[in-house]
Amino acid sequence: MLRWLIGGGREPQGLAEKSPLQTIGEEQTQNPYTELLVLKAHHDIVRFLVQLDDYRFASAGDDGIVVVWNAQTGEKLLELNGHTQKITAIITLPSLEACEEKNQLILTASADRTVIISLNPEPSEIAMVTKGPCLAVLRRLDVWLSGGNDLCMWNRKLDLLCKTSHLSDTGKKSSLWLSVRFYSMNWISALIEIPKNCVVAAVGKELIIFRLVAPTEGSLGWDILEVKRLLDHQDNILSLVNVNDLSFVTGSHVGELIIWDILDWTVQACEHNFWDPSPQLDTQQEIKLCQKPNDVSIHHFTWDEENIFVAVGRGLYVYNLQMKRVIACQKTAHDSSVLHVAKLPNRQLISCSEDGSVRIWELREKQQLAAEPVPTGFFNMWGFGRVNKQASHPVKKQQENAILFSLELIGDLIGHSSSVEMFLYFEDHGLVTCSADHLIILWKNGERESGLRSLKLFQKLEENGDLYLAV
Amino acid sequence: MISAPDVVAFTKEDEYEEEPYNEPALPEEYSVPLFPFASQGANPWSKLSGAKFSRDFILISEFSEQVGPQPLLTIPNDTKVFGTFDLNYFSLRIMSVDYQASFVGHPPGSAYPKLNFVEDSKVVLGDSKEGAFAYVHHLTLYDLEARGFVRPFCMAYISADQHKIMQQFQELSAEFSKASECLKTGNRKAFAGELEKKLKDLDYTRTVLHMETEIQKKANDKGFYSSQAIEKANELASVEKSIIEHQDLLKQIRSYPRRKSKGSDLCSRETEYTQDRPSQAATTSDPEESADTDRYTCRPAYTPKLIKAKSTKCFDKKLKTLEELCDTDYFTQTLAQLSHIERMFRGDLCYLLTSQIDRALLKQQHVTNFLFEDFAEADDRAVVRQESAPAEPSQDRPPSRSLEKCPIPQVLISMGSYRSSVESVLIKMEQELGDEEYKEVEGTESGSFDPQDNLDCLDMDMKGSISSGESIEVLGTEKATSVLSKSDSLGSLTVPLSPQVVRSKAVSHRTISEDSIEVLSTCPSEALIPDDFKASYPSAINEEESYADDGKGAIHFQVGTSPPEPGEAEEGSVENTPLQTDASCCIGKETGGPQVPLSSPALTLSDEEGVVSTPPQRSRQKDQGFHVDFAMENSNLSSRDHSSEGFPAYELDPSHLLASQDDSKTSLDDYSDSTSCVSSVASTSSDRMPSSAHPTGPSSERHKKRAGQNALKFIRQYPFAHPAIYSLLSGRTLVVLGEEEAMVRKLVTALSIFVPNYGCCAKPVKHWVSSPLHISDFQKWKLIGLQRAVSPAGTGALHALSRYSRYTSVLDLDRKTLRCPLYRGTLVPRLADRRTHIRRGSTYYMHVQSVLAQLCAKAFLYTFCHHLHLPTRGREAEAAAASRQASFLQLSLGLVNEDVKVVQYLAELLRLHYTQEHPGAIQPTLRFDYVPSFLYKI
Repeated sequence: MLRWLIGGGREPQGLAEKSPLQTIGEEQTQNPYTELLVLKAHHDIVRFLVQLDDYRFASAGDDGIVVVWNAQTGEKLLELNGHTQKITAIITLPSLEACEEKNQLILTASADRTVIISLNPEPSEIAMVTKGPCLAVLRRLDVWLSGGNDLCMWNRKLDLLCKTSHLSDTGKKSSLWLSVRFYSMNWISALIEIPKNCVVAAVGKELIIFRLVAPTEGSLGWDILEVKRLLDHQDNILSLVNVNDLSFVTGSHVGELIIWDILDWTVQACEHNFWDPSPQLDTQQEIKLCQKPNDVSIHHFTWDEENIFVAVGRGLYVYNLQMKRVIACQKTAHDSSVLHVAKLPNRQLISCSEDGSVRIWELREKQQLAAEPVPTGFFNMWGFGRVNKQASHPVKKQQENAILFSLELIGDLIGHSSSVEMFLYFEDHGLVTCSADHLIILWKNGERESGLRSLKLFQKLEENGDLYLAV
Repeated sequence: MISAPDVVAFTKEDEYEEEPYNEPALPEEYSVPLFPFASQGANPWSKLSGAKFSRDFILISEFSEQVGPQPLLTIPNDTKVFGTFDLNYFSLRIMSVDYQASFVGHPPGSAYPKLNFVEDSKVVLGDSKEGAFAYVHHLTLYDLEARGFVRPFCMAYISADQHKIMQQFQELSAEFSKASECLKTGNRKAFAGELEKKLKDLDYTRTVLHMETEIQKKANDKGFYSSQAIEKANELASVEKSIIEHQDLLKQIRSYPRRKSKGSDLCSRETEYTQDRPSQAATTSDPEESADTDRYTCRPAYTPKLIKAKSTKCFDKKLKTLEELCDTDYFTQTLAQLSHIERMFRGDLCYLLTSQIDRALLKQQHVTNFLFEDFAEADDRAVVRQESAPAEPSQDRPPSRSLEKCPIPQVLISMGSYRSSVESVLIKMEQELGDEEYKEVEGTESGSFDPQDNLDCLDMDMKGSISSGESIEVLGTEKATSVLSKSDSLGSLTVPLSPQVVRSKAVSHRTISEDSIEVLSTCPSEALIPDDFKASYPSAINEEESYADDGKGAIHFQVGTSPPEPGEAEEGSVENTPLQTDASCCIGKETGGPQVPLSSPALTLSDEEGVVSTPPQRSRQKDQGFHVDFAMENSNLSSRDHSSEGFPAYELDPSHLLASQDDSKTSLDDYSDSTSCVSSVASTSSDRMPSSAHPTGPSSERHKKRAGQNALKFIRQYPFAHPAIYSLLSGRTLVVLGEEEAMVRKLVTALSIFVPNYGCCAKPVKHWVSSPLHISDFQKWKLIGLQRAVSPAGTGALHALSRYSRYTSVLDLDRKTLRCPLYRGTLVPRLADRRTHIRRGSTYYMHVQSVLAQLCAKAFLYTFCHHLHLPTRGREAEAAAASRQASFLQLSLGLVNEDVKVVQYLAELLRLHYTQEHPGAIQPTLRFDYVPSFLYKI
């Protein structure tokens, strides 16, 4: 006789330490992604995705290939081989508005060389320019920078404008090659542009601010001047972004989040007790969790006008810039490190992780009347310790004005079999994820796609003259 | 499957009443004419009487100049097939009606023997005593040693079913022409080779004789010729003459007018040989001829031998075999073609007809037919046949024209011989045929024929029929146009009258003489059949009906079928009452065996004209068990299965038909044995053929049968078959998990009949995988057999499976569980009824196909209804469109719950298929829903 058991939803969590990971069943009504397309071209980890225009994106990874895709159809448009080693950075140099010919460049950096791919009118590759794993574009000056163990400045025509000497120990502008021991410490790992023709480079624990001097009447060439070194971080800086016109943010391996003033390079706010076991913390498990530095390293952040969304270890934190504190968090958003987060226009947050999943969160505002008291750290704050035991619900943070925010899991995308390195959101075409399983997956809104296909069908019918409209 | 005979025949009427909505009548071209002979009260499977052979076969006979008509070989080459049927006797019969008058020799006024390139003649012939009817295809092959250089042969398709021959005449003729063409091509090649050898011999002989004469001349200086010398000189002269003759023959055979058109529609496997033709068939231009010569001379060196100038016409020499006459290659090709023909026309006529219609309809459904069709094999057959039919009219003219252009005088047929054949035509017509009938005939035929001619012809027939003592009745002959022009005097018979008019009369009204061969029609060249007549050919036979019983007396089982033809519907209703009484009394009269139960509703004529009065000798016996069996199996078929959404060329294996008569008593339990037995029969029978032609055919049928059978088993065995099938239909990958490969494979094969196709390529089914699955596998495959292994790799596979559980339904064969979403629709229960009475795999397969066809029709409607998907006025909320779609799916298409998703998925596939530029280029996306799964256990 037939009997069926409702076993709905919970899948065995393979990686399960007894994690209070929030899960969502198979019924995800708010998850719009009901269609996927697997794109195969790479044969090693795909690490980077970059959007080229409304419908194209490029992917790059450890196999040294750059592939250009059509985000609508999933069609492979181009495959570009130039690197012999892993690609470490990819950036686009948009075509100038003033420039008549549209000439979008893709710059890719790898340990071997930088390759510039010009996409319009036809793709071409320009061979080795320099060594350097890190790239930045200064739009205002229309130059780009490559950073490795030195910093080079280039223009669109690929002339080397200027070059710093090797960055070694503080203060010394020596031309000595770095010893292997310090190699990683002195390698520019991130590079962003800030106002006043300055760039910030993250080198190990330090932030170095360089000023680019444009040629003036007095001096002939470009010059790069080291302006300042900021030594507030205690560990390697992993992420560095411009948040808005006022500040930029850095995150380090041990979970320090520092918000800097973009103009005078001073610390506006610092949040470094993501990892600090708060005094109240007593359970062994949580200590264990927190003691792994990997669990609190800040891999990525994203921002909007009000908040910075920080991927800390396995968790997600929402830091409010005005209130200067964390307003919502999800301590274990994923089974393992969150690698990339992005904010969608509709208050949704997407995160991807080493556990191979992509999760969609929504930041919800809640009024809560009776809230438990909130401990305040010296900056405020919220540590791991405050997790309530039934942690299957998002941890709430009570504000003074009783507005609570929470991150609600509204859907997850399971497709990759290995760590999801990065994703890219297209307003019109859905989400593109890339992963260490060599795949790229295009997630689409099935309903919308179906409508589009239907439209296409009737267009084709009309073209063929087969369309008879009902009277 | 809509047009499967059993489905047509045994559908319950009451099911129509349950129709939720009234289906409008279908357009004419979609309606499926039902079995035209149903009115005879015969079920389509009535066992044919009298015939001493168990099934149709092909006979090749020769009119040997030594021993007279003799059978050479049969296809299939198995004595069981023709049983006690007297092949010798029948050979005599069929060889004696060769009208091609292959006269070769010295025509008056010609110095040398002339070869005639005789058109094959095609005759339909019946031997009522033997219960055998045959399509006979005469051809002549050239043989240097034969009298007049020709050897008459014929190939006959022999069947116990006269209607089959008549109805399939066109197809038979086309197919046999191919075979004949192949034989003749090989023969010309061999003949030319033979001539060359002979020429070399002669040349050598001449040289030798010449030398001898010279020697004699030298030796003999007395100035007078010895008798010896004179003899030598005579011999030399005759050798010279012989050389000239043979050279002339060689030239003739090489200048064989090429049938350009024929070459093109030959099967692909003959193309290698047709390569030879352009040069061979050549015109008389020199370069080509030299090329020809090259080709013929580059044979292995031949050492000439001394021969006698006068060939001795003696009876002790051994005649060449057919294989020697043609090239061995060509001979085997011909045999392959013949066995292809045998397979092609195997089975019941009703089945052949319906499958032909079926295929024709299926072709029209190009938008949807990719979903569930098995294209590998449908194309295989359909193309061959379909292509030939419409192509013929245009292609048939050239040969006759080329004949006319041929420089060689056309002495195809001497007046004398032709006249004599006409005189022997004696047609027994029954006098009581009224004038009205004639007019009716004219009415129907006037489109293509001059009524006057018809009348003439009929008059002639009537005169001829007065004396009917002769044993041969020739009912119609047609000759090549080139001949016709010379034989105006021959009167009405030579007019290319409609063969079927006459033929049909013959069918209906000839009296059976003790010892009779009835030639039902001959038409030596298809070229003579007017185009428009051809087009109407398959249905033309229906016109006989008007004779039956005063027109109205036609036997009707007027039962509501799904969509009756628009025109016929009213007619039927008017005539309903009288007809039914007629029918019953007819049945009463004719009872010999078990009757067709009148209640069995589907013995219906969609076509009033489809009635043919019964040849009296036709047996009414039926195999009751067999009949009931089918009725049972189909009793639960939905009436709507007749929807014209063409579904597919499922070919019932004739051996299955035969075998099922025996097997009908086998119980359910040992059913599987009987199927395997049936299939083994099929396999052996197909293996016997020298078949290289269509190896996929029978195997895929067997495959279907097995698949159907296993699917049935699955449905019976697992109570959760419905959600599993729903998963497949809605595009959710079903993973069949098991330890034993054979079991998994079997089930995967069985379930694959429910998997919709992406395009015209193979179904997205992976039978056996042992490595862990990836996301792309779910995009690619919709049905996967997965190995459950204890190894770490196995656990990896299981882990992957649980990780991707939202994309899959998992059927665990070992634990007998199923994990998949809930299904509450009504579609699948109809598709897979656990308590179904269907017992045979093939029947179930057809049932599935018919339900799926209906589903496709719905998906088609849904996909292509403009107003559903596009905003009707300006900017409309998407929600409005969505609700329109939902209400259409629910109210108009009658879909409930999850059935909607099935149709939506099929609609997606249709859209993809329709819009994509290059079929198969784009892989469909993996669509899924976030729905909870449930675990089902037995």
